[in-house]
Amino acid sequence: MRKTCLETVYELAKKDKKILFIGSDLGPGVLDNFKKKFPERFFMEGVAEQAIIGMAAGLAMQKFRPYVNTIATFITRRAFEQVVVDLCLHNLPVTLIGNGGGLVYAPLGPTHQAIEDISIMRTLPNLTILAPCDANDMKSLILQTPKVKGPIYVRIARGGEEIITSGKKSKIGKGLILKKQNKYNFITTGITAQIALSASKILKDKYNLNIGVIHFSTIKPLDKKLLKKIVSKSKKIMTIEENVIDGGFGSSILEFSSDLGVRRNNIRIFGLKNKFQNKYGNQQELLNYNNLTDEYLSKKMYKFIKND
Amino acid sequence: MTNFENASKKIKLDSRSKYLRKLVLECLFGGDRGHMGSAMSLIEILRVLYDKVLKYNSNQPLLSNRDRLILSKGHGCLALYAILSDKDFFSKKILKSSSRFYSILGGHPEFDKVPGVEASTGALGHGSPIGLGIALGAKIEKKKFHTYVIVGDGEINEGSFWEASMIASKHKLSNYHIIIDYNKIQSYGQTKNVMQLEPLKEKLSSFGYKVDQVNGHDIRQLVKYFRKIKKNKRPSALICHTIKGKGFYFAEQNPFWHHKNFFTDEEKLKLLKCLEI
Repeated sequence: MRKTCLETVYELAKKDKKILFIGSDLGPGVLDNFKKKFPERFFMEGVAEQAIIGMAAGLAMQKFRPYVNTIATFITRRAFEQVVVDLCLHNLPVTLIGNGGGLVYAPLGPTHQAIEDISIMRTLPNLTILAPCDANDMKSLILQTPKVKGPIYVRIARGGEEIITSGKKSKIGKGLILKKQNKYNFITTGITAQIALSASKILKDKYNLNIGVIHFSTIKPLDKKLLKKIVSKSKKIMTIEENVIDGGFGSSILEFSSDLGVRRNNIRIFGLKNKFQNKYGNQQELLNYNNLTDEYLSKKMYKFIKND
Repeated sequence: MTNFENASKKIKLDSRSKYLRKLVLECLFGGDRGHMGSAMSLIEILRVLYDKVLKYNSNQPLLSNRDRLILSKGHGCLALYAILSDKDFFSKKILKSSSRFYSILGGHPEFDKVPGVEASTGALGHGSPIGLGIALGAKIEKKKFHTYVIVGDGEINEGSFWEASMIASKHKLSNYHIIIDYNKIQSYGQTKNVMQLEPLKEKLSSFGYKVDQVNGHDIRQLVKYFRKIKKNKRPSALICHTIKGKGFYFAEQNPFWHHKNFFTDEEKLKLLKCLEI
């Protein structure tokens, strides 16, 4: 997914000379093709995220369109004030590409795990937040980023995720129906779409239940039109995210639903607990550890709806 | 005490410097608050930049070939408001609305509200990275304008300033100019007690700047400096030795005048008396 994302930025740069790439001491060889073709628009700076985001803001003031890439936590934690003041307050078209959204960096420990980035970034005015579920979704969305007027935060998952959006048109600001909406639905963002699809299949195979799966690759601004339709027509909804549940994606669905007067006990939110991970391993192991699995979530959905 | 500090004290303000300070007082009295000391140390720096150095058109503040000036120490904005109004970026009449609910003039400057303000600043350590990006953008497109960033001495406690310095040096940004308002007082007290900056010249040099020092209230020294820096081949840094609260003997180098609010009539008269010619 990261590779697709960066390669798509390169594709964009071929068409628009205002597109720049800025990295902060990324691994050797990153976007070498970009560097070779457009050396004057490729910047690999040091481990200086605060200054890099400010620099990107200054470049955007000069009508450039910078794409800044580094580890997600170094954007959302280290340089939070720069994101708020330099980018969001000035409403500048800088795209922040955060590697390792969620538990991707499981073996590297809590300093590298972006478990609350959705929560903190969604509080920021003017910011668009994207969390694609697969490389196909990623490519479609990145190709649309030049149309967005303000700053964007893109949350990148591990890579190699199963492609579940083939033949579907992902659009910034629009939700994607992966499995037909029903009276019971999973609402997801990022790679929890794959988990929800799998959980939905288990429920179909085991209990002949039809559970819809609606994926929101744009966390902010929410596709309120689609969400209103789902929330008002659903009997039960479960949201799933690879982020702490506090103030995260599910929270945004609850906030929206409260405006619609929907009974809160019709919606349950699933995600990470508000605690630092005390285990390492790999992303899947930590997802299992946090009960973000198809088996667990299908059981939870079954219990949630069985007495209806 | 350094020679520069002694010299800063000796400078007598001329009528233009006093006039600009009077405009700052209009903001202070109108809003009944503001960073008085921080604005007064800046007046001559801004005066020289806007009178003699910067290319701009106040009727078209966003012309692409204008020079850029970012007041990174945003809390000194009353001085910026004074000079911008003096140069007709906006009417002087609105100075007295400063910090009021309906005003465009806040306690820190905002770019989309105040004509002539290039970046919203206030949180410290942001102006130099932004200015660096603007200067880099100009270099990429071979544009001729220059970018000037005024930072406070307390402000350069921030790591982001030094990060930006390293990046500017790496890219040999000769169109990027840092001006340090070195009044040696930060919010709590003297910079040497809160966070020692010395040896500042050597620090800046080692980060790649061509460094000079002037008395920041000496018009002639400032003009002379800005005439020569455009020939530099690398980023420049100017240490301006200044007096916090310059022009008001009771406020000079007094941390209690860093920010001031609720002015009594007596205080107002006392302040105005200092500006009598």
